[in-house]
Amino acid sequence: MNYLLRRLATFPLVLLGVSILVFVAIRMVPGDSITAMLGTEAGLLTPAQRDALAAYFGIDQPWFVQYWRWIGGILHGNFGISVTYGRPVLDVILERFPLTLELALLSMIIALAVGMPAGIHAATHNEKPSDLVVRIVAMIGQSTPSFVLGLLIIYTLSAGFGVLPAMGEFAPLWQDPLRNLSQLILPAITLGFAFAASVTRIARSAMLDVLSDDYVRTARSKGASARSVVWRHALPNALIPVVTLSGIEFGYLLGGAVIVEQIYALPGLGRMVLDAILQRDYALVQGSVLFIAFNFMIVNLLVDLAYVALDPRIRLGEQ
Amino acid sequence: MRILRAIFGHGSGRIGGVIVFVYLLLALLGLLGLTPHNPITQYRIDRLHAPGAAYWMGTDLFGRDVASRLMAGIGQSFTVAFFSVAFAALAGTVLGLAAAWLGRRWDGVVMRIMDVLLAFPAILLALLIVTVAGPGTWTSVVAIGIVYTPIFTRVVRGPALSLKTREFVDAARTFGSSSSYIVTRHLLLNLVAPLTVQVTLALAWALLTEAGLSFLGLGTQPPAASLGLMLSDSRNLMETAPWLMIFPGLAIMISILGFNLLGDALRDILDPRMRRAFA
Repeated sequence: MNYLLRRLATFPLVLLGVSILVFVAIRMVPGDSITAMLGTEAGLLTPAQRDALAAYFGIDQPWFVQYWRWIGGILHGNFGISVTYGRPVLDVILERFPLTLELALLSMIIALAVGMPAGIHAATHNEKPSDLVVRIVAMIGQSTPSFVLGLLIIYTLSAGFGVLPAMGEFAPLWQDPLRNLSQLILPAITLGFAFAASVTRIARSAMLDVLSDDYVRTARSKGASARSVVWRHALPNALIPVVTLSGIEFGYLLGGAVIVEQIYALPGLGRMVLDAILQRDYALVQGSVLFIAFNFMIVNLLVDLAYVALDPRIRLGEQ
Repeated sequence: MRILRAIFGHGSGRIGGVIVFVYLLLALLGLLGLTPHNPITQYRIDRLHAPGAAYWMGTDLFGRDVASRLMAGIGQSFTVAFFSVAFAALAGTVLGLAAAWLGRRWDGVVMRIMDVLLAFPAILLALLIVTVAGPGTWTSVVAIGIVYTPIFTRVVRGPALSLKTREFVDAARTFGSSSSYIVTRHLLLNLVAPLTVQVTLALAWALLTEAGLSFLGLGTQPPAASLGLMLSDSRNLMETAPWLMIFPGLAIMISILGFNLLGDALRDILDPRMRRAFA
């Protein structure tokens, strides 16, 4: 409990740091957001119109006033207005977030569904040919960038089968689950492949460690079946490193998979932030980076709490 | 020399070592301009030429030789990867040692700043830095360097904290050694092993991030060649000229594989306790 409180107490401090960093960084990008928003049409604005637009988006004030207003707004649930979308930043973020969350979840499910059995198999068949195959595939998987795999998948589908991944207007899960799944499955496989490779490697090594422990040997000598030794005795303890890795990876995926979203033309959080940076959409960049950082910290905290659930001997916060 | 022998006596170390060596050679040739053709010369009559005797890996939409561009691209990617990892390793080591040695307030301040950087997704932080400074080779170096500094800081700070409490450090203090002597002589020398492993693995990540930035058009700028840029350019020609995607894709993948294998081998060799953990 103490640990939880202490960790939660660092949240505002880190978020404050993130807010300052992103606020300063985005203002250092050359060019202004009104010109970026209107393109060549910005030249048609009279100085008065330009001032009015700047005042509307709150970018006419000195930077410390802007920062103060922004932070004050956030405390009241107001993240500002996006210059690009002309709508509240939080609405824009929450519109994109379900896709990112779904993609991250799907990738993690694929990674765990493939990686865990593969890792356990390799560990229980240590140094056998099947272990070697799993290790080689996992190493290759971990070294394959998502954008290389994504392009290879698209190429194989289009050249080999004459089909293209389902793109076009994105269908949210609650509107058209089938179409939604058909749009997300390939990106999820693309992201899940390297993720699965990491899970395989960590599951294998954790399992190997646990299988050589005394209590597993005792269980074996008491006549427990091989299946029971692996699933009942060894697996729960081998899960901790897998949970850590999956949690961290999941936390990163919640920040949006910029490149994979770009390849599959998905309107996720990552692509939105990239576009917002390029458009100098100050409020949207600031809001979304803060949102992503917050999610990342929450996921990390949950991972820590999961340790305790998996191994009650662990007391968090102790050195 | 002993470490080289150990690497070549290690299964994955041997493969990783050979891959990295070949890439270093290709990078060097690419940087020196010793390529089969000039990587930016456009042989317009041979546009989208399939791989063959004249152009081993074919030509691109502008009639440029893919093999030559690949070599130049490897040179470019490796330059960014090496300098950015050197930046991150240097900054991370200094910060990690300072945090561990000075302790208390310094430790708190440095580690909170690192927490802030770590709370950013790596590619987004790199994107932000690149957009601020404008795309280019050296901007990529700084961006990737800053992104990976917190990892090195953590790698150094943890062991440095525990080394600080060891008897030999107390003994050195008793003999009147200065702080700078103890930090460089006793702490830093004992951190060489974890740092070497981290540097090798970070090179793989740096190559990946550089390729990612270039893929998004924010890394190396045309007409210069870069693996990520070549891959990105290949997207619209995938069906008519698949070699434009396959060769740079494989080149990125194999280079990362090489560093990962080498990193794993180094971890086994330098830290035998971890031998099985990442086998």
